[in-house]
Amino acid sequence: MPGVEGFIYPNEVELQWSVLIVLYPFLTGLVAGAFILASLERVFNVAAVRPTYRLALLTALAFLLVAPLPLQMHLGHPERSFSMYLTPHRESAMAMFGFVYLWYLMAVLVLEIWFDYRRELVLTWRASRGLKRHFYGALTLWSDNISPEALHLDERIGRIITIVGIPSAFLLHGYVGFISGSVKANPWWSTPMMPVVFLLSAIVSGIAAVMLLYVFLSWVRRRAIDMLCLDTIATYLFYAFIIDFSLEMLDLVHRLYEADESLKALDFMVHTRLFVSQIVLQIGLGTLVPLGLLALTQLMRFSDARRRRLYVTAGLLTLVGIFAMRWNVVIGGQLFSKSFLGYTSYKMGFATREVLLPALAIMVLPFIILAVLLRIFPPWEDEPAKAELLR
Amino acid sequence: MDQDRRSFLTGAGKFIMLTGAASLAWDAVLNGTPDQAPNYDATAHWWAMTIDVDRCIGSGNCVRACKIENNVPDEPGMFRTWVERYQIRPDDPEHPIVDSPNGGHDGFAPIKDLPPGTKVFFVPKMCNHCVHSPCVQVCPVGATFESPDGVVLVDKSRCLGCRYCVQACPYGCRYIDPRTHTVDKCTLCYHRITQGLTTACAEACPTGARRLADLKSPKDPVHEFMRTHKVHVLKPQLATRPKVYYNALDGAVR
Repeated sequence: MPGVEGFIYPNEVELQWSVLIVLYPFLTGLVAGAFILASLERVFNVAAVRPTYRLALLTALAFLLVAPLPLQMHLGHPERSFSMYLTPHRESAMAMFGFVYLWYLMAVLVLEIWFDYRRELVLTWRASRGLKRHFYGALTLWSDNISPEALHLDERIGRIITIVGIPSAFLLHGYVGFISGSVKANPWWSTPMMPVVFLLSAIVSGIAAVMLLYVFLSWVRRRAIDMLCLDTIATYLFYAFIIDFSLEMLDLVHRLYEADESLKALDFMVHTRLFVSQIVLQIGLGTLVPLGLLALTQLMRFSDARRRRLYVTAGLLTLVGIFAMRWNVVIGGQLFSKSFLGYTSYKMGFATREVLLPALAIMVLPFIILAVLLRIFPPWEDEPAKAELLR
Repeated sequence: MDQDRRSFLTGAGKFIMLTGAASLAWDAVLNGTPDQAPNYDATAHWWAMTIDVDRCIGSGNCVRACKIENNVPDEPGMFRTWVERYQIRPDDPEHPIVDSPNGGHDGFAPIKDLPPGTKVFFVPKMCNHCVHSPCVQVCPVGATFESPDGVVLVDKSRCLGCRYCVQACPYGCRYIDPRTHTVDKCTLCYHRITQGLTTACAEACPTGARRLADLKSPKDPVHEFMRTHKVHVLKPQLATRPKVYYNALDGAVR
């Protein structure tokens, strides 16, 4: 059989989870990471990252709105997915997805953004006319109380939501890791490290994504980048990445040292089918190089322009590395037979349902949503129009 | 009539003993198949299967019978049951050579250039109807469930086609039916066993290697089989408690 080496169970010919399922943890990872970055400012009072606070929240929302889409497209019967809410099987790790997702979307992100923007929404409502007036009126839920007491209350509620939001973000992404980490049939997945590694890599990818978006949007808006902000984000990225990489290596070393029955199959795979995506892209280009670049910025003095370039390069490579990591977990975990006696391969198609084209569309969609969100909820405090509005 | 008392008693004794044995055997046969009553009582049974590896000749009858009986798609990668052929060569016992061309559906071609001393045997595989089924555990909507009589079944009208159960099954027993976009697997011929019949694979097996077993029936021959044979299950370390019991299962089988 083409693409098959050794013996695989006859039913293993078809790969079950496609590139769409790779996208899902990648997208939720960006959500969780962006939110953690936002919470740095809100809860841990890291004032330097203030310029990216709202951008991070909106990025998280844009990606979260798209996150269930690949799952939905992957289902054999998408029209039945609502039954996960109505008749969930309580023993199933996957059954809780809808609840975790909705909790995070509605109870954390939407609420936090609403409380944070309420004053501006009311002011925009008051200042605008026609359709726009109705739109913003609806966004404020027709409540225009922005007295100092009300705003103080908003602030307190917002802080509480963020505090609740941090464990929720951990839950959201740790949970994604648990879905694969709890499959005992698959030794590539089955490890309690999986949720932790997923979470750490989520934080890394989210921070990198917001950092890149901040640089990109500053360039588009022709505004100077707040270098203190960028340096601080890069420092957090560096430290989060070190912890993430250490845990991933711990997992790897543990597997190599224990060398149980599955190791031969996994070891072979890493040297052959996953060599490019695991060794070259994930560990080399996607982890060691960006870690090295970030370490350089910590150790040596560079000009602002050079630091920006280093950060952007490191950020882009980080995202490649984290995407490769998701790929290696999801696709890699299906390339060897559960008999440990053979291997199969994954060929991605181009234009049917579960292939490259829809995957690319799903990756572009959050950016379109983000562009819309940025118009409705302008996050920038350095815009003259905004200063006028808030005056 | 030249029959004396002695030969009469011998003949009568033989007759009584044979009828007794036959009636006992018939009882066993009846109890080996499920209750024939139309009002099938699921709580009165606990279904399992025994497979005698030493008896399997790799005919592929079971695979063909299963495909026909259960309307399994005639495509590669879709089997409710299949047969694997293991070759364990004396110079490399660590690496068995395994094949299952088209799931053993069309039988097996003879092995060319078999080194002397090679151990060759066939292993029929199917859903193990585990007591602690990982597939049942992971189904997000409960479409995969265990019946009260110990059979793991799928409600196709509820299955989302998320494929989590396919990932969770350690034995590779599930596939997605391209016609319904839902998961499919061995039902232990539930439509047959609840009618008092045995499974299609067991019925078609020319050597009696596969036997349906009702663990709840004290008269089922399975108890004798388990007592007198060294039985083993697949991947016991995963603690799924499979209910397909293999006799003479080689340690190399995965």
